[in-house]
Amino acid sequence: MIVMTKDTMQIVREQDVVPFRNRVREYAAKIGMSLVNQTKLITAASELVRNMLKYANGGKVLIEIISKNAQTGVRLTFIDEGPGIANVQQAMQDGFSTGKSLGLGLPGTKRLVNEFDIKSTLGEGTTVTVIHWKNGR
Amino acid sequence: MDRIPILKMGPFLLVTIQVDLYDRLALTLENDLISMVSQTGAKGVLIDISAVTIVDSFMGRILGNIASMSRIMDAETVVVGMQPAVAITLVELGLTLQGVYTALDVEKGMDLLYNKIGIIDVLEEDDQEEEPDDCND
Repeated sequence: MIVMTKDTMQIVREQDVVPFRNRVREYAAKIGMSLVNQTKLITAASELVRNMLKYANGGKVLIEIISKNAQTGVRLTFIDEGPGIANVQQAMQDGFSTGKSLGLGLPGTKRLVNEFDIKSTLGEGTTVTVIHWKNGR
Repeated sequence: MDRIPILKMGPFLLVTIQVDLYDRLALTLENDLISMVSQTGAKGVLIDISAVTIVDSFMGRILGNIASMSRIMDAETVVVGMQPAVAITLVELGLTLQGVYTALDVEKGMDLLYNKIGIIDVLEEDDQEEEPDDCND
């Protein structure tokens, strides 16, 4: 896998969310992603960044354009140093939430992107990586 | 602080969302709308989201909240102009906006609102007419 462009954004306040979404859109548009796939990726990014603000008081996001087997895509890595998730498997279930939300965030996000990976250690933080390919497959 | 303007048009309130919402702005809109319904006795709320490119689970919940709250305050809510990419993303995310009326554009939304009010009026009249009939039987 080759990383072609790389950028990091700090997310500490709610106001950082809109510029972040715009940056993701910029990257997705740059590789010629269709509008539907752009919207899916940005919505997924919005869900994950909201989780990061809500549960970990922010963190940073790595935005990359990657290439693998002649495919181009956008990879987002959300890194926080929050409390971590006690039971990742449970958190990935539809309708489960420790907060007051609908519990669609993580499972819904996974449905929106092509590749989804989550690693969490209690007391250390959570890292979520998503990849969406240009053609959405 | 930023605010989304709410216009009163006859028995309805009209809101056009022209920017991508961040959380606080959406919550302010929810509050403002419900207060306006109470103050003006509006019978319907029309929310135009044709310029909105992202609806995530939070924003979806706000739309649902507005519809439920207005319903309790005796007003119907119609969301109009949703972009196709947004609709696709919402359903994949798992958010089906249950209980929220939708229409393709402002014109059809207005028709829907007039119909809702019209139908309710007709039904009430019918009820009143039927009662004496029952007594005669």
